[in-house]
This record gives sequence, structure tokens and C-alpha cells, in this order.
Amino acid sequence: MRRLTPYLLALPGWMWLAIFLVVPLAAMASVSLQTGNVIDGFVMTFSVSNYGDAIGGYSTQLVRSLVYGACATVAMLVIGYPVAYWIAFKGGSRKSVYLFLLLLPFFVSFVLRTISWGFLLADDGVLLGTLKSWGLLPAGFHVLATAFAVVAGLTYNWLPFMILPIYVALERVDPRVVEAAQDLYATRGAAFRKVVLPLSLPGVFAGVLMTFVPATADPVNAQVLGGTGNTMIGNIIQTEYLVNNDYPTASALSFTLMAVLLVGIFAYARVLGTENVLEAAAR
Amino acid sequence: MAEQGLIERSAIELEGVVKEYLSHGEVVQAVKGVTLDIAEGEFFSLLGPSGCGKTTTMRMIAGFEEPSKGVVRLHGQDVTNVPPNRRDVNMVFQSYALFPHMSVWDNVAFGLKQKKTPQEEIRRRVGEMLEIVDLGGREKRRPRELSGGQQQRVALARALVNRPRALLLDEPLGALDLKLRQAMQLELKRIQREVGITFVYVTHDQSEALTMSDRIAVMNDGLVEQLAGPREIYERPASTFVAGFIGTSNLLSGTAAGGVLETGGGRVLVPGHDGEVSVTIRPEKIRISADKPDGELSALPGTVAEVVYLGTYTSYAVTLADGAEITVFQQNAQDATTTAERGDSVWLSWQARHSYVMESR
Repeated sequence: MRRLTPYLLALPGWMWLAIFLVVPLAAMASVSLQTGNVIDGFVMTFSVSNYGDAIGGYSTQLVRSLVYGACATVAMLVIGYPVAYWIAFKGGSRKSVYLFLLLLPFFVSFVLRTISWGFLLADDGVLLGTLKSWGLLPAGFHVLATAFAVVAGLTYNWLPFMILPIYVALERVDPRVVEAAQDLYATRGAAFRKVVLPLSLPGVFAGVLMTFVPATADPVNAQVLGGTGNTMIGNIIQTEYLVNNDYPTASALSFTLMAVLLVGIFAYARVLGTENVLEAAAR
Repeated sequence: MAEQGLIERSAIELEGVVKEYLSHGEVVQAVKGVTLDIAEGEFFSLLGPSGCGKTTTMRMIAGFEEPSKGVVRLHGQDVTNVPPNRRDVNMVFQSYALFPHMSVWDNVAFGLKQKKTPQEEIRRRVGEMLEIVDLGGREKRRPRELSGGQQQRVALARALVNRPRALLLDEPLGALDLKLRQAMQLELKRIQREVGITFVYVTHDQSEALTMSDRIAVMNDGLVEQLAGPREIYERPASTFVAGFIGTSNLLSGTAAGGVLETGGGRVLVPGHDGEVSVTIRPEKIRISADKPDGELSALPGTVAEVVYLGTYTSYAVTLADGAEITVFQQNAQDATTTAERGDSVWLSWQARHSYVMESR
């Protein structure tokens, strides 16, 4: 009995995974290989060509999603790292206040926040309308319905998920280690490059994973901020399911996206795995 | 400076150094005016309880803190406002502060790489230094894969490999167990002799300071209470604080007349002192006997309250007639004479030169 205890404790977790991950995935895998339509029903035909058709038909959106996701991730890193650094090293006794402020937007629905950005960036909204009325911007200038708006929205929405893991990593850096570097003739810049940055890379690694995946798959930002020319793969999957009721194509696209992301993540982990990163930084 | 080279040169000079900082809107002085002159090649200790300002003083020498007032000089050069990376001193941190993501080799080579030392020389010096601290063959290990004693030696090597003009050590042995600590004390002393570098050693452990130091500055409440060699600090403490902080000591006070202090039913010889005095006597200088001793001795009667056998010596707690308690250590030598029991009436005696007298101000 005692030897079984750990397995019994893990059981709820495994059940959760089985019921809510494995079963739906299997169902979706099966659907992705069927043919038919919503009225006559779908029949299993092992039609692998669903994948070819889906990828062939929507490669533009797939590539665009990866590019937007990557751009947003880079932007989050550039904005988020200094914020995490500042909170970790200069936050003093108010650290938890700053972290709370960072998470405050999550008390408002994700879709609502994105729609608010739509208002803010509208062609004659608060920002652009004012600037246009002052004659600082040409009347035809617009931000909405551009790639910039979508990437900005993605960046805004997942920024905290980049900041938090980096903050946790930086928080664990012993300030004495930084002093030791300075004592050993390193300038502030060198101490950062040789000691602080490498020690924070596990946080960067986690932050990139936690933001790139959802940002790439997100349909909301492209729909609300992107207009017609910036559709991402998430929008296509949504439309195929809910509007066209083409379940096989939607399933095939979902699997394709999942495969691409998994391959990407494994490659990323392989090249930039924590140990390797540390090794490289120590040189 | 014509005698330079003939007399000992100063490695580190502090002149009226004060460190103030703000705490909850109030100005607090961590260091209240310290003046020190540490000679080249000296093993110098800053000793005191936590919060006495010893670590702050050391951090001002290293450059991590800027003094609010006063001057810091390294080898005659004013470095008061020079950042730590441009000071020719290195520090061994409490809990070591090794770079966790680097191998032992990269940790030790860090300073030399920053100074852009040629590759060939880095290889040679790091290798030599790892031999000196007995870590040859462990170059590729990460700090977390080493024992506490080994990490300690990496920290030492990382600082010494740069051949600093002075090495600052901040409670470097605090995290080690007693046996290892004693071994490292001797080891540190040997290394210091070998490399001939000035060591400034911060500790709250008086026995550590007494064992290793050439000179000790005993600090209390932001000031230096006494600055002297270990023997003098131990035998002639300059204040009641020093007497109480260093080792175990007995303190008697009262009004002396004609060089004699009458107290607790006996007399304490305080030649040349009159008026309010306090007298410090080390426990191992006191003899314990059944009968009143003859001769020109300080002698006090009392009752044995406690006997603790401690191996090499026995510790007696003796209560005097006025209630004061005196601690006596007696060596358990092969010809050990008296063995007093609990409740015995005894006489305590010691020679006049073992009374250390301070006139109360």
C-alpha cells in the first residue's frame, strides 16, 4: 500500500490529462482524417490529404502567425526584461505592489482589454483623433488593421507572462555575486553580461515559451485589431469550425499548428537548453 | 617618506571614516569615525559583535560603500571615491558568492580575464593557484558540486590569483563546522605567509581573531574600542566591553584605597590605583585553594557553586560573600592539586600583575 501511495497521489493529475487532453486529442485526430459535411455526417476515410489541403490553402496565415508570434515575443523580451530587472533589483520593499500592478489588467477580461485597445487605436479615437486634429498626423493615417496593431496587441496581452519568469530568475541572483564580479575588476556592464544575464537566462527561456506559444495561436488580437489583411491561423481554425463547419480541415490545421510549435520548441530547447545557455555564457 | 622600505609601509589607511545611512527617515551612523593604519603584509582583524560596523568598514575598503566622511587610502593613494573594480584589493565574501554558472576554473580566472591578462599567463596562474589551495583536478566542477570547505578555497583562490595588494575576508569561515574551521584557520595563516599579502579579516569569533591575527581592532557600536596585538587585547583589555567580549573574564569593581580594593570579604591588589576602579581577571590566572594563601596576593574567600569538567581543564563557579560570581579555570595537569567539590569553602588567589585595572571615568 505504502509503495502505491505516490502513484495514487498522482492519479488525479493523470486522470485530468487523460480526460481533458488525450481523449479530445484522439477525437480530433480521428476527425482530421474524416471526410463528409455537417449535414450528411463525417465518415472515417483516413484521408491524409486533408492535411495537404489545409496546409496548402492556409500556408500564408500559418507563416504569418509564426512571424507575428515571434515579433511579439521579441518585443515582450525587450520591454519585459528591463521591467523585471527594475522590480527585482530596485523594487525594494514595494516589489509585491509592483507585481500586483503588473497583474492588475488580468482582472479585466482578455477580449474586453483587446477591444479597448481597438478603441484607443481607432482611426479617430482618443489618440489618433487628437493627434490628427492638431495636424500632427495626416488624416488618412491609421494603426488599426495593420500588422503593427496585431503585434502590439499580442505584446500587450502576454507581457506579464514574459516578465514574471524573468523576475523570478533575477530575484534569485545573490547581489553579493554581482559585487564579487565588480570586486574582480568587472565594470557594471561586464558584471551584467557575465553574471546577471547568464543567471537570468532560465527565466528568459521560460518566458519565451510561455508567450510565444499562446501569442502564435491567438485569434482574438488579429480579429479585433487586425482587420482583413492580417488573419492569423487561429482565426482560420475558428472560422472553419464555427462558420464553415468544416471540422476535418479545422482539426488538421490545429494539429499542424501544434506540430509546428512542438518542433519549434524542441529545437529551441535543444539549441538554447538551460545548461547549454549557461555553458555558453560562462565562456 | 625617506625611510620607505625600512619601516613598515601602510597598506590601508582609514582616516576619520564615518558611514551614515537613512533608516525610516532617520540618520543612523553605522561607523562613527574609524581611523586605522594597516601595515603591509599584516594579518589584521576587525573583531566585534554583529552590528558593530566591522563589515561596513570592510565594505568601504573594498569600495562597495562610500564613506559619508573621511578618507580611505590604499598604499598612500586616496581611493575614497574609486569604484571597487578599480581598486587593487580583492574580497572573500561571507558565503563565498561564487559564480554558480561557472566552473571552478572560470571562477578563478574571472578577475584575470577582466584585466585582459594574456591567455598563457591566465592558464599558468590559475593552475598554480588551484594547486596552492589544493583543488588541482577539480577545475571543471561547478561550485554546487563542491563541499563547503572546497567552495571556501575556490573563493580564496579567486581573490588571491589576482595578486591583490590586500585581501579582505568577510567572516570567511562562518559557514564551516568547527573542525574544518580550525583546519582552515591554520591554512589561511600558511597561505598568508606564503603569498605575503596584507589580510584584513572580519569576524565576530574572538578565538579566530586571537589565533590568526598580528593585530586586532575590537569594534563596538561603530567605533574601535581597542587596537592591539592578540596578547595585549586578551590580557590587557582597554575597556569593560573588550574584557567582556574577548574570552571569559571576571569583573570586580569598587573603591580602592592605597592600592587595595576591599571587596567580597577579601582584598584585591591594585597597585598605584585609588578611587573607583573596575578589575578584570582572566579565569585561568586564578588559583583555587582550601586554605588562605600566604604572600602578596589578591585573595578572596567564596563557596563553590558549580564544577564543570571540560577535559583539558575544569571550570569552577565560585560565589563570593557579596554574591558576585567568579569563574576559575584549572588545568587538569598530571600534578593537579586541589579538586574542590560543590559547596566547599575555598580561597581564590592571583598575582597582582594578573589584575587588569581600569579607573572608572
